[in-house]
Amino acid sequence: MAISLDKAFGIHQHALLVRSERAEVLASNIANADTPGYKAKDIDFADALANAQKKSGYSMSKTHEKHYDLSIDINTSGKFRNPMQPDTGDGNSVDVQMERNQFMQNTMEYQTSLRFLNGKIQALNKALSGGQ
Amino acid sequence: MSLYNIFNVSGSGMSAQSVRLNTTASNIANANTVSSSVDETYRARHPVFQAEMSKALSDQSAGVNVLGVVESDAPLKVEYSPNHPLADKDGYVYKPNVNVVEEMANMISASRSYETNVQIADAAKTMLSKTLQMGQR
Repeated sequence: MAISLDKAFGIHQHALLVRSERAEVLASNIANADTPGYKAKDIDFADALANAQKKSGYSMSKTHEKHYDLSIDINTSGKFRNPMQPDTGDGNSVDVQMERNQFMQNTMEYQTSLRFLNGKIQALNKALSGGQ
Repeated sequence: MSLYNIFNVSGSGMSAQSVRLNTTASNIANANTVSSSVDETYRARHPVFQAEMSKALSDQSAGVNVLGVVESDAPLKVEYSPNHPLADKDGYVYKPNVNVVEEMANMISASRSYETNVQIADAAKTMLSKTLQMGQR
């Protein structure tokens, strides 16, 4: 095919996926702000993006029907957050204010990626219609 | 798609916080009830939260699960008032172990957490609808 959509969209399609993944992780941090023993998590963006670009997970081929199904997921870049304060009394390490700001920032970054993608689509549209 | 999972996660957070608000309301409403024996007396109730690692979601996100509601085992308030109609044969009445100040703080915390979850769901909704409009002019 002459037009490679994959190439045209570039990094932004992967960035969008990782951002939405991160939004989910941050949302669960906020939902568990009062859960005893819950540890706040986050995604290492650079790591996750590199993984997403490489290819979404890989699996081992099976040569016998009794072989285990072994596949490696891309979602291995989740890490626990370093708590700001040493002890909150119930083992919970969620700082709601910080998580909210992170969520807000992530939303803005998501919309930025979306804007870039929209620009690419509009450029393609313009090319297809010959500027009419 | 993970943006849809946010609705499950923040929804579970909202329902957990509403359980907490519910127990707080019941505790405050019963703060002044009186009974004539230890067993009949109302005790303060509190929910126990637990992170729910759902199988359907990716292994990184977790909703909130309400494990159960436990009754406080703090000592009851015993009052000597022989003229009270509910007083036992020694003239004592029993009042719940509800700490109203603590419950008020609990209520504010629960409603703020609920609000935060609503705002997260709202942000996710905006993100999704923007995504659905992608490529439209």
